[in-house]
Amino acid sequence: MHLDHTDTIHPERHSASAARPDGSRRALRVGLGGPVGSGKTATVAALCRTLRDRLSLAVVTNDIYTREDAAFLLREAVLPPERITAVETGACPHTAIRDDISANLEAVEDLEEDIGPLDVVLVESGGDNLTATFSKGLVDVQIFVIDVAGGDDIPRKGGPGVTTADLLVVNKTDLAPYVGSDLAGMARDAQEQRGELPVLFQSLRGEPGVGPVADWVREQLSAWTATAVLPA
Amino acid sequence: MTTTATAPQGTAGVSARARITAVPDGRGGTALPLLSGGGPVALRRTRSADPSAARVTLVGAMSAPLRGDRLAVEVRAEAGAALRVDGSAATLALPGRTAEPARYDVRLEAGEGGLLHWLPEPLISVSGSDLRQQLRAELAPGARLVVRDEQVLGRTGEEPGRLSSRLTVRRAGRPLLDQQLDFGPGAPGWDGGAALGGHRAVGQLLVVDPAWDREPPRARVLGETAVVTPLAGPAVLVTALAPDALQLRRVLDSALTFTSW
Amino acid sequence: MSVATLLLLADGRFPAGGHAHSGGVEAAVRAGRVQDAASLEEFCRSRLHTAGLTSAALASAAAAGHDPLALDEAADARTPSPALRRTARRLGRQLMRAARATWPDPELDALAAARPKGAHQPVVLGLVARSAGLGPLEAAHAAAYESVGGAATAAVRLLGLDPLDATAVLARLAAETDEVARQAEAASSKAVEDLPAASAPLLEITAEQHATWSVRLFAS
Repeated sequence: MHLDHTDTIHPERHSASAARPDGSRRALRVGLGGPVGSGKTATVAALCRTLRDRLSLAVVTNDIYTREDAAFLLREAVLPPERITAVETGACPHTAIRDDISANLEAVEDLEEDIGPLDVVLVESGGDNLTATFSKGLVDVQIFVIDVAGGDDIPRKGGPGVTTADLLVVNKTDLAPYVGSDLAGMARDAQEQRGELPVLFQSLRGEPGVGPVADWVREQLSAWTATAVLPA
Repeated sequence: MTTTATAPQGTAGVSARARITAVPDGRGGTALPLLSGGGPVALRRTRSADPSAARVTLVGAMSAPLRGDRLAVEVRAEAGAALRVDGSAATLALPGRTAEPARYDVRLEAGEGGLLHWLPEPLISVSGSDLRQQLRAELAPGARLVVRDEQVLGRTGEEPGRLSSRLTVRRAGRPLLDQQLDFGPGAPGWDGGAALGGHRAVGQLLVVDPAWDREPPRARVLGETAVVTPLAGPAVLVTALAPDALQLRRVLDSALTFTSW
Repeated sequence: MSVATLLLLADGRFPAGGHAHSGGVEAAVRAGRVQDAASLEEFCRSRLHTAGLTSAALASAAAAGHDPLALDEAADARTPSPALRRTARRLGRQLMRAARATWPDPELDALAAARPKGAHQPVVLGLVARSAGLGPLEAAHAAAYESVGGAATAAVRLLGLDPLDATAVLARLAAETDEVARQAEAASSKAVEDLPAASAPLLEITAEQHATWSVRLFAS
């Protein structure tokens, strides 16, 4: 009765298969990681405000302490409360987004099941460290958010987040003059670390705000709907 | 009266069984066609505050059970009957002449529309005693039940004896609650931070009411060491720890406010 | 029986969601009942012989081939706290997901279909052990070990306890953990209603308190 029966069909997804149980295509899952205070939650909030009129969105937060980021998003009313879920991480967001993604998978699947078809689920990691990256079993693309005030040497230092994220966002460019950060140098260092992978500089306090990042998410969604193959 | 002074081999203990059966008396009250005490368990029909219910008080249980004793109480509230059983004094589990543990088995049954209160006084586990207590209740789907179960571990300032107590409730033939508590010498970990954490009185109050099939009461925290929890069926359990019997009773009584009956 | 399979199943890194749960340690730390290695050991010992024994017996019985739905019902009756029932089902579902990918088996599919919101974790654990080719004793070992392993890890994070001290606590409890597993296995051939039902009053009480906290590190 054990491993002999490998020919059985197992309809439930174990991780990131593109199909929902009913055979429809699931939402694109976008991970957002980065150090504490770099503006991940603010970026999520801005993305929601920008994209929510045209797309069906939901957010999963992974906090160090329970529900802090989820509570912020709820207060800001960026989405209806039923579209925001907090995953508790036992003080280790990086474990919950990379090593043991089961609670996050439950959360994204439950959102799709409870709310209906979604276009994009944003999965935000609690601010952890520079090495925190999302498992490919959890998200389809990931954004790493750093900020100019956290030190303009972060792109040079590299690390898996800076080096491998599908998009690197350098946030709070409006602060650069005050903290003496060298934006051109950061861009150079980032390109050296990342090669062809894109880097966007962002200030949520002025124009164009989150626009370029939102455009990037839309492009990813188009690519996802065009190429994500559903099992026959 | 069913008492044998020399029952199961090798033990010098008492073997006794008390039985109560309650039925509707046809006039809106409850009759007791069977009321039979046994050995140290004496039964008295006492005055009931509720005219529809019969009341029986367990009396004279002060000195029992000793090691080696085997005591049993069987209580049935048949369909439509209302019975309240309470106690006149605490029960002491005492050391005896044998190494054999004492056994105390309580069987409760309530039929359709029946109402049964089992509200004995606390059990005190005296140093050197060894008691295995079991309470099993079988309920019809439409029966109501209140069970209070209080244990005090040792008399003031003494270490407790060995006490094992299991509370099993089945409703409509399915398990509703199954809890075993083990204390004292030979029960590892009983006083640790997941179990008693130094408290010397522990109690449970169970209320089963089929009316909660639709909407169970919500969980409620009653201070640092007591909680009201809705079970997976139409029932709530109050679990409480306290330094002593008096404070334990105060908490359990304060929780008994979710029924109007 | 493959020892490596047992080690894999019992490994704290097995991705089944356990890392986010403290097994009641977070509440015990807040109440001052766990503050150092000695009190952690007492906490773990009482957890092992109560909730641990009950879980190990359920897991062992599931591995022995008892009806998992009857065991799931028995687990409900043994878990008065709704917060603990929710936790057990959530962890059961997460374990089910990981196990169906690692040890595919129609028995797991059947339980997953019958309990889409998750069966109690010890029941799933026992069935997973069975699917992985392990027996009732191994299932009991995995459950008994897990009943203290997660708590010790959580104490390290919550108290900044020296991880070597926390690991030494688990080492000192090893013989008792084995003994609990043996007791559970010995009970696993009994009728479901006669399985151990050892309860831990403080775990039940504090689980409900913990569930109301707005700021906490662990989900339970």
